[in-house]
Amino acid sequence: MFKAKLITTLLASALYATAAAAAWVPEKPVEFVVASGAGGGTDIFARTIQSIILKYKLMNAPIVVLNKGGGAGSEGFVYGSASLDDAYKLTFGTNNEYLLPLVAKMGYTADMLVPVTALALDEFLIWVNANSPYTDAKSFIEAAKKGDGLKMGGSQSKDTDQTLASMISEATGAKFTYIPFKSGGEAAVQLAGAHIDANLNNPNENLGQFKAGMVRPLCVFSSQRMAAGPKVSKDMAWSDIPLCKDSGIAIDNYQMPRTVWLPAKVSPEAIAFYTTMLKKVSETPEWKSYIEKTSQSDRFMTGDELRAYTKQDAERATAVFKREKWIVQ
Amino acid sequence: MENFGNLMDGFGIVFSFYHFGLMAAGVLLGILVGVLPGLGAPNGVSLLIPLTFTMDPISAIILLTSMYWGALFGGSTTSILFNIPGEPSSVATTFDGYPMAQQGKATQALTLAFMSAGIGALVGVTVITVLSGWVTQFALKFSSPEYFAVYLLTFCSFIGMGSSSPFKSVVSMMLGFAFAAVGMDGMAGNMRLTFGITELIKGISFLVAVIGLFGLGELLQTMEEGLRFDGIHARIKIRDVWEAILSLPKHWMTLLRSALVGCWMGITPGGPTAASFMSYGLAKRFARKKDGFGKGEPAGVVAPETADHSAGTCAILPMLALGVPGSATAAVMMGGLMIWGLTPGPMLFIERPDFVWSTIASMYMGNVMAVILVLTTVPMFAAILRIPFSIIGPMIVVVCFIGAYQISGARLDLWLALVFGIAGYLLKKLDYPIAPMVLAMVLGDKTEDAFRQSMIFSKGSLGIFWTNSTLVATIMTLAMLLLFWPLIGRLVGRLRQQRTPN
Repeated sequence: MFKAKLITTLLASALYATAAAAAWVPEKPVEFVVASGAGGGTDIFARTIQSIILKYKLMNAPIVVLNKGGGAGSEGFVYGSASLDDAYKLTFGTNNEYLLPLVAKMGYTADMLVPVTALALDEFLIWVNANSPYTDAKSFIEAAKKGDGLKMGGSQSKDTDQTLASMISEATGAKFTYIPFKSGGEAAVQLAGAHIDANLNNPNENLGQFKAGMVRPLCVFSSQRMAAGPKVSKDMAWSDIPLCKDSGIAIDNYQMPRTVWLPAKVSPEAIAFYTTMLKKVSETPEWKSYIEKTSQSDRFMTGDELRAYTKQDAERATAVFKREKWIVQ
Repeated sequence: MENFGNLMDGFGIVFSFYHFGLMAAGVLLGILVGVLPGLGAPNGVSLLIPLTFTMDPISAIILLTSMYWGALFGGSTTSILFNIPGEPSSVATTFDGYPMAQQGKATQALTLAFMSAGIGALVGVTVITVLSGWVTQFALKFSSPEYFAVYLLTFCSFIGMGSSSPFKSVVSMMLGFAFAAVGMDGMAGNMRLTFGITELIKGISFLVAVIGLFGLGELLQTMEEGLRFDGIHARIKIRDVWEAILSLPKHWMTLLRSALVGCWMGITPGGPTAASFMSYGLAKRFARKKDGFGKGEPAGVVAPETADHSAGTCAILPMLALGVPGSATAAVMMGGLMIWGLTPGPMLFIERPDFVWSTIASMYMGNVMAVILVLTTVPMFAAILRIPFSIIGPMIVVVCFIGAYQISGARLDLWLALVFGIAGYLLKKLDYPIAPMVLAMVLGDKTEDAFRQSMIFSKGSLGIFWTNSTLVATIMTLAMLLLFWPLIGRLVGRLRQQRTPN
C-alpha cells in the first residue's frame, strides 16, 4: 500500500518534471544576436528563421534582431555570452564562434557559448572570371604553381576563405597572394571586374555574377555533387560543377556550418525548447526554399553530433592556423 | 529609349492607392527615425524588415526606400537644429545649417536643405534612368587603387579649405585616422589599440564621436556664451519658406556642381558621405566670398544636401545591379531583397525588370512626396528653437546620451561621448577644425583597406596609383591638384605680378 503510494508519487513527480521541462517557454522578448553586419550571410540566415517563426507562430514571445558584426562577428559573441545563464539571447553565427578566438584575443572564449543546432552547411567553390583561360581546376592549379602564383580574393582575414586558400596551397603546391575584402560580395564584384584571378565564395555570394555569365565555377569542396536543379547560367546547373577532389585537389570536404548558440549555463529545458523550435523551422517549405535559393546543403545537427562536428572542424582549422602561425595564446 | 518605356511600365505598377499609402507611411516613419538621434536609417529599415515578409517585393521595396528618403530628410533636420547629424552624410550640413539656425534663420535653412535635397535626389534618379546600362560597366572598373584614389580626392578637397591653417586640418585629420584604427584590423585579422578593453573590439563608432564633438561640444560653448539661442527671437513665417524656395535659382551653380559630384560618387561608389564633404569643399573653394562659410552661408547648406541625396539615390543602382551596397542602409535593404527571393546582380535587370523599374519609378514619386511632407513640418520643427535654452539644453544632453547608448548598447560609449564632448569644446577654443577629424573617422577604415589591398596587388609599389588604369591616374592627378591648389594659385599669382611690370 505504502509502496504503491510511493510509486504514484514518484511517477507523478516525474511526470510533473517532464511537464515542467516541456513547459519552458520564453516569457519576454528573445534577442536574435546576429554575428554579422546587416545583409551578410549570417544576417539572412537569422532573418529567414525569424520570418518562419513569425509565420508559423512557433514562439509567442516577440523577437528582436540585433546586428553585432563588429570585430569580424566577435562583437556578437561577446554580447551573446555576456551573462552565462541568459536564455533570452540566441546568437547566430557560423564556425567563426570557435575559430575567431584562436586567431585573435576576442573578449570571449569558445566555451562560453554552447551550440544549439546547425541548420545548414554552406559550400565553397573555386571561381574564376568567365574570360580567364582556366576551364578546369587542373589548369588553374598549374597556372598558380608558376612564378608568383595567382591573386586570390576573399572575405576577411584569417577567416574561412584564407584558411581554405592555405589548405589548397598545402595540398597542391599552388601559390596564392591572398587579398582580404570586407565581404564575399565585394570579392565577387572584384572577380567579375577581373581585378583578381579567383575567389572562394559560397554559391550565394557569387550567384548574381554566375547567372550573368561573368564568372565560372571550377569545382566544389564537397564529397558529393551539389543538388540538381535547373540551369543557373547559360550552360551550367549547380550539379554540373565537378568535385575538387576529383580534379586533383586532395581536400575532401570544406563547408561552413550555419549555427545557433546559447550561453553555456542556460538550463537544458530552455535549450530543448529552442532545439525543438528550430527543428520545426527546418521542416517548413520556406526553409527548403531558403536552402535551395542559397544553394546550401540542408543539414540539421544538434546535441552530440553537432559537438563532434564542431570539435573536428576546429581541430582541422587549428592545424592550418598553426602552420600559418596565426594562433594567439 | 528602351529605358524610358520600362520606366513608364514601372510608373504603371507603382500608381495605386496602396502604394501611395505605403510611400506616405514610409516617409513619415523615416522622418521620425531620422529625427531621433541614434536610431538612424539603417536601424529604422531593419526594424521594418519583418513587416515586409508578407508583402510582395515591389510593395516592400517601396516601403523601405520611402523610409530611407524620410530618414535622410529627418537627419538633416537635427543637423540644422541641434548640430547633431542623424546620418554620417549629413555631417557637412551642420557646418552652415546650425549657424543659420542660431541666427534665427532655421526656417530658411530647413527649407533650403529639403528643396536642394529633393532636387539632388531627382537628378540622381534621372541619371539612374538614363545610364543604368552603362553605369554597371563603369562600376566594374573600380578596384582597390581606384577606391583609394576617390577617398584621397575627398580628403584633398578638404585640406586647406578650412578657415584655420592647413596644418591644423591635417592634425585633426590624423587624429581621426587614429580613432578609425581602433578595433579589428580587417586586413590582418588582429586587434589594434583596444588596450584589452572588450568594448573597443568593434571600434569607436563615428556616431558616438559626432554626438560628443558636435552635440555636447556645441552645448558647452553655448553655455559659455550665455545660455541663449538667437532662434528664440525669430518669428516663424510661412513667407520665409517661400522666400527660401525663390532664392534657390541663385544657387544654380552650386546645385549643378553638387548634383554632379553626388551622382559620380554614388555610382563609383564612393558613397554619400564622401560626396557631401567633397561638394561642401568645392562650394567653398569656388565661392566668391569664402568668409561666410561656417558662419551660416546658405550655399553651405545647399551643397552638401544636394550631393548627399543625389549620391544616396544613385547608390541604389550599384546595389541592384552589382550587389554592392553603397551605404549601410542599402546593405540592410539588400538583405531584405534576398529574403524576398531576389538576387541582386546584373541579372536582376533582365529577370525582374518589373521590380527594378517600379523601384526606380517609386524613387521619383517617393522623393517628391517626401519633400512635400517635410516642408509642411518645417514650421513645427523650427518652433522647437523658440523654447528657452534652459529647457531645451538639458533635453539635448539627455537625447545625446540616449543616442550614444542606442548605437550598440555599450556603456563605454557614454564615456566616450563625454570625452569627445570635452575634446570638441577644447578643439574649438584652439581653433582646430573638427570636420576633418570626423571625415577621417568615417572614411579612414575604407581608405586604409583600399590602400593596403592596393599594396598587396602591387607588391608594395606606389606606382599602382598611376599605372593601374587611366581612371586611377586621372583621379590621382585631380587629387594632387586640389591638395596643392593654394600653392599653385599663389605661384600663378606671383608669375602674373612679375609679368605685369614688363
